Amino acid sequence: MSKNNINIHVHHVTRIEGHGDIVVDAKEGKIEKVQWQVPEAPRFFEAMVKGRHFSEVATITSRICGICSIGHTLASLKATEAAMDIKISETTRVLRELLMHGESLQSHILHVCYLVVPDLLRVNSVLPLIQSHTDVVLLVTKLHRLANELCDAVGGRTTHPIRARVGRFSMLPDKKQLAEFKTRLVESVDDLKKLADVVKSLAGNIPDFTRETEYLSLTYDKEYAIYDGQCITNDIKKPIPVSEYKGVVNEFVVPQSTAKYGKFNRASFMVGALARYNNNYKQLSPLATTVANMLGLNGVNYNPFMNNIAQVVESVFAVERAIAHIDWLLNHDLELETPEIKPKEGKGAGAVEVPRGVLFHEYEYDSKGLCRKANCVIPTNLNHNNIQLDFEKMVPEFMHLGEKELQFHLEMLVRAYDPCVSCSTHYLDVKLKK
Amino acid sequence: MSSKPKVAFFDFACCEGCQLQIANLEENVVGLAALVDVVEFREVLTGTAPEYDIAFIEGSITRKSDEERLKDIRNRSKLLVSYGQCAVSGGVNRLKNNWNNLDDVKKEVYGANYQMPHLDTYPTRAIDEVVKVDLYIPGCPINRDEFLTIVKELLLGKVPKLPNYPVCVQCKLNENECLFDFGITCLGPLARAGCGAICPSNGVACEACRGAVDNPNKNAMHEILQKYNFTVEEIKRKINIFGVNPEVKK
Repeated sequence: MSKNNINIHVHHVTRIEGHGDIVVDAKEGKIEKVQWQVPEAPRFFEAMVKGRHFSEVATITSRICGICSIGHTLASLKATEAAMDIKISETTRVLRELLMHGESLQSHILHVCYLVVPDLLRVNSVLPLIQSHTDVVLLVTKLHRLANELCDAVGGRTTHPIRARVGRFSMLPDKKQLAEFKTRLVESVDDLKKLADVVKSLAGNIPDFTRETEYLSLTYDKEYAIYDGQCITNDIKKPIPVSEYKGVVNEFVVPQSTAKYGKFNRASFMVGALARYNNNYKQLSPLATTVANMLGLNGVNYNPFMNNIAQVVESVFAVERAIAHIDWLLNHDLELETPEIKPKEGKGAGAVEVPRGVLFHEYEYDSKGLCRKANCVIPTNLNHNNIQLDFEKMVPEFMHLGEKELQFHLEMLVRAYDPCVSCSTHYLDVKLKK
Repeated sequence: MSSKPKVAFFDFACCEGCQLQIANLEENVVGLAALVDVVEFREVLTGTAPEYDIAFIEGSITRKSDEERLKDIRNRSKLLVSYGQCAVSGGVNRLKNNWNNLDDVKKEVYGANYQMPHLDTYPTRAIDEVVKVDLYIPGCPINRDEFLTIVKELLLGKVPKLPNYPVCVQCKLNENECLFDFGITCLGPLARAGCGAICPSNGVACEACRGAVDNPNKNAMHEILQKYNFTVEEIKRKINIFGVNPEVKK
């Protein structure tokens, strides 16, 4: 067998959410096929919610994704509220933002520490690290527990939150509880610093690869956009309102994927922590910026593997913002609201920045409040096309390392994007063929 | 090492929120990992194994290729546990079965491209509609403490039993005011407990995400509906969200 022949077939890439395949064929040094495939079983959420009452829609669409169920719930509520012209109180808004930051922290810690760090240490999972790096694993579980307990306390349940409803919260956390979380969050800053040191010690293992692309995220004049904002990319000057999202994401169906793909001003775009960082890094807090610089992020960065570093940076930001939101709640009277919500005919879109990137939900309701039409645009879908183009640049650059190393790096790239393929449909499988 | 039970986790059509509940056991995962040998878990580790003492299955079956994958797993597993409501009843995935024509479902999502072969789907099936299931852990998502208890019981050689009383029992223990008194239709009287009545305790109606008790007291449910002026249709529409059919013992 010629050394220049490559045949990699990875069926169901591991340590990612959902299923995906990679196929690469190279014969005598000539690349014949490079493909990122998404064969996840489609679930048809837009059809599931058709005819359902507006009060049930978020319950159903939350189930698109277990990891970002808070983001899905909130994007869904925002879309329904936009469709029916429902206004929310400042307390509801602050509680929702607190939930978003809790989810970011939980998801980023899970992804970076449980799924990516094993690559940097060249082990097959986090499980052997329980023995070899016990202190670090316990530090990670402590942060993960804090994020989940915060979401449990605010949302009623961290996965598929219960209390966040159309126009209101069905129950509020008490102030004593919030004050305790504040203490724990303040203490966790030191834990995050320790974690950043661990990541720094491994950062040398992050592959050296760059490909400039279009970076799509929300942007918000008041702060680093997570809950609110308009669409922005590095290729446009003026932000585009969320209601015009279709002209930004331009979804299309491809034969190698049950998830739809998207593009805007270039052949592909990237969403997620690195896209947010690249577009909005000037709005980060001083501490988050210090951690970014310490880990090699110094402004706009074109290495997709640095998405994981941006996730660490956003974890710090999430803790800082969560503390600020708790302070706001502690300084205000919290009263359970019971607004009367009357169904109204209309159409509306809502967007939030979930851990994996910008997420859009859009619904159309009839006058009884029954859903006539739904559309959900999932960040992982938006990244599939960019992963494909990264592969096409990476394969010739990394082929000299041999089949095994090439496969390792391709899988690692997929993980760097933190794909959530269930969201987009549900499946990842890698084939690298000669 | 080899004397520890070989455990594997698999997922089909679902949101993977139930396997997340295992990660959410936090420090307890560390303890659990010492008692079993996790040989296959695609989302967490790289590796496969030829056979398993316990296979945990999440998600529902919606196409032929997944059906075959599941049968193969069954053949190589001593004990097969169906966990999470998608696996137990089909969960929200079953909502698409309410449509008369699945082509319309595909058109709704994929538009003009709906006939592309890789988008094929058949009516959603629970795991036990495809293979024999030895044990069920219901819920959307599963309750992580219940999961931990059941795994402990399995490791001790006990046969775990699910609560067979309605959510109302746990709701009363939590001293909640009944949501029916606030004009809210709640599925608590039919739904299987074990969640600690988490939804009513957070001010929201029970949606029977753990399915119904084995023999729901329909007469009592009718009395409640009559007393509060609700219809059976409302109950049927609501119980449909998580693919639960109260006529079926699941």
